[in-house]
Amino acid sequence: MTEPAEILFSDEQAQLREIAETFSANKAPMAAVRRQLEADAAITTELWQEIAGLGWLGIAIPEDFGGSGLGLGEVVAIVEPMGRNLLSSPLAATTLAAQAILWSGSDEQKSQWLPQLAGGAVAALALTEAHGDWDLCHLTCSASRTASRHGDMLSLSGGKTFVTDAAMADLFLLSLALDGAPALLLVEKSALGEAALHREVVIDETRRSYGLNLNGIEVPVANLLPAADVSGCLKRLHLGACLLYAAEMCGGATGVINLTLEYLKTRRQFDHFIGAYQALKHPMVDALVGLEQARSHLYHAATVFEMGNLTDGRGEVAVRMAKAQAAAAFAFASDRAIQFHGAFGFTYDCDAQLYRRRALWCEQQHGDALHHRKQLAALLLD
Amino acid sequence: MSISAGELNEFEVEAAAWFAENKPGDPGFLLPQSFMEVGTDQQFEFLRDWQRKVYEAGYLGLAWPAEYGGGGKHQAFQDIATAEMARQKVPFMTNTIGLSWAGPLILNMGTEAQKQAYIKRILSAEDIWCQGFSEPDNGSDLGNAQLRAVRDGDEFVLNGSKIWTSLGSYADYMILLARSNSETNTKYEGLSYFLSPMKIPGIDPVPIRKLTGEYGFTQTFFDNARIPDSCLIGEEGKGWQVAMKTLTFERAVSGGQAGGVHSMPVFAGEVVELARHAQRDGRPAIEDPLIRDQLVAFLIEERGLELNNQRAQIPGLNTEWPGAIAMARKLTNSEWRQRLNLFAVTLQGANASRYVDDALAIDGGRWQRGYFNSFSSTIGGGTSQIQKNIVGERVLGLPKSA
Ligand SMILES: Cc1cc2nc3c(=O)[nH]c(=O)nc-3n(C[C@H](O)[C@H](O)[C@H](O)COP(=O)(O)OP(=O)(O)OC[C@H]3O[C@@H](n4cnc5c(N)ncnc54)[C@H](O)[C@@H]3O)c2cc1C
Repeated sequence: MTEPAEILFSDEQAQLREIAETFSANKAPMAAVRRQLEADAAITTELWQEIAGLGWLGIAIPEDFGGSGLGLGEVVAIVEPMGRNLLSSPLAATTLAAQAILWSGSDEQKSQWLPQLAGGAVAALALTEAHGDWDLCHLTCSASRTASRHGDMLSLSGGKTFVTDAAMADLFLLSLALDGAPALLLVEKSALGEAALHREVVIDETRRSYGLNLNGIEVPVANLLPAADVSGCLKRLHLGACLLYAAEMCGGATGVINLTLEYLKTRRQFDHFIGAYQALKHPMVDALVGLEQARSHLYHAATVFEMGNLTDGRGEVAVRMAKAQAAAAFAFASDRAIQFHGAFGFTYDCDAQLYRRRALWCEQQHGDALHHRKQLAALLLD
Repeated sequence: MSISAGELNEFEVEAAAWFAENKPGDPGFLLPQSFMEVGTDQQFEFLRDWQRKVYEAGYLGLAWPAEYGGGGKHQAFQDIATAEMARQKVPFMTNTIGLSWAGPLILNMGTEAQKQAYIKRILSAEDIWCQGFSEPDNGSDLGNAQLRAVRDGDEFVLNGSKIWTSLGSYADYMILLARSNSETNTKYEGLSYFLSPMKIPGIDPVPIRKLTGEYGFTQTFFDNARIPDSCLIGEEGKGWQVAMKTLTFERAVSGGQAGGVHSMPVFAGEVVELARHAQRDGRPAIEDPLIRDQLVAFLIEERGLELNNQRAQIPGLNTEWPGAIAMARKLTNSEWRQRLNLFAVTLQGANASRYVDDALAIDGGRWQRGYFNSFSSTIGGGTSQIQKNIVGERVLGLPKSA
């Protein structure tokens, strides 16, 4: 039979994308991005509130819980333009935490947290550990059960890393080992002691990343997500993160290609605009071609995600391909951007480095291209 | 024209059944891998007869106007038929230049008489078409074409030669770019474009042997060949514009082709199968992590190129560089195919050294021959380097190359 369309992109998605494009260009011009590099937070409170006001934090949250009842596909349509402008925010983390609660939370957890998260509360993902393994089930953090006068409690130990925007967060979604199996836990900001968070120095300076020391933290057992299949939920979270990273990387590649083109059309050497030289022109075409394929994979993956086809393997293949291709495309485009700016490209002032740093961050979180190809090999070849 | 999904599904079932039933068996001789490699009378006749059969069964030119011999249907029907041909790996439609370049060009800008004369016979393969663009001294620099077309009353007299003429030995007609005026300000003016008969006195196609040892194209000599001025398409002196239009069909930047496959399709999945049988360190090559990684990279790229075709149809997802996918398609697909063929060769271990006709050649040496033949698409129709110039300049807006 005729194959159903593999890329669906509704008029609403197109509209949303257009609005997000204008918004990101207006709110995050390069001067603002650079100003923010010096700030404590990745994003100003005002801008975050504006994003919340636009309803973008509730896109993938059902209407019953104060969201718009759409899916991660629509979130892709706004993350891509944000990535293009290097706008950094806890939007992806907040969205994914809400999805985890939606997939695996109890009714109480849903009604307590989803409306808040749709309305501007910030969530942080505490899923990665110092060993750096991309396997989210590789957990050394743990919890032991204790009884106290507040009821049944979990006493946490270990540490998490790359918890972005943790200082802004109202809620943490934490993975740990409990009774020998992975568990997901909601930790409120109030449960953290003064010294629980410490800022990490990371390659992408538009991001604010924190280490989270769990030792001494106690939370009620009721904060566990009651999912029967936590590994499954972790996998969906991982794939959701890959999808949004792919969107961010496609946007970033678009931005950096445009940045480089601008230079190639204005810088002259040997009496020619340097863009006339094929040694520069042809790799720019390679960058474009890589990006075009990445975007096709991305919007296909978004379509599949939307239809909930994650578990039949088709969705997993689509998402992993999208992340692998987007990573390769962004890496190439941003690497060449530095080279094609000459010595100016070697400077802190040149924006090429911002994109290159962003590309490295995005590729190395939740699996690089090689990692995803390895996973794909198992899915496609065995 | 509104069509229902039911109609399309019904058509697809019909087409699938027809091709399954009518797909020719092994002809007992080696078939060419694309229309650029038709080198023997036996191959040519086999492919011409097959094309006629497909046309008569109603699976070719479905979206061309009925009054000229087409099916008069929506393009979606032809797309289904074409996809079915690829899926079932039936032999390709040999009259490619007629079906995909000359035909759409004639429908687009030919006179009524030209449409009446040529379109149906292109579909039925009664008239085979070739292309006379390249010359020995003027290849990528097509605008510098020098074959002379001198007006003599209501005729033109042709002198010079064209080269790399695919199907030159078999063609009945040629789309011909020639210089009708050599005293113009720029080389682009003074060119005229003709639908020229081939089987007339003064035109002599001489076969050239290809790198595979087979034949497929000719050098075509013109020695005072006379053609009527009704052969002109577009205005005299405006041939460059017609040539540019032709290239948009040739590179599939514009639609309107008659449909059908034009080369033996290659799928990454076939190379995966090859990897299951090839050996490394006493184990199937598909277990080797480095080979697995390369296979997956080819699968990702194949999928990306397929999905590109779908995304190109969605305006909202093509706002940044509209037309990029279509403009780069020839480049991306031909380069992918070349790398895939080469990888399939190297997968074979020591057996990579065998070639067609060796009794032990894997898949009959198809991949070795396919690798060599893949250069037809990275060179013919504008080289990959020229394609990169075009995409860089027209899509990315970079300054013209020095
Ligand atoms: C199998 C096959 C079938 C063909 N069939 C036909 C046919 O039916 N009819 C027809 O008219 N022609 C046909 N051609 C010819 C084809 O169109 C030309 O070969 C092609 O346009 C290149 O011209 P050339 O061979 O003269 O190479 P050249 O133009 O001499 O190029 C030589 C090399 O220089 C590079 N180069 C040239 N100019 C530039 C530039 N500006 N920037 C960067 N690099 C450059 C090219 O990429 C190439 O690598 C066919 C070719 C092949 C291989």
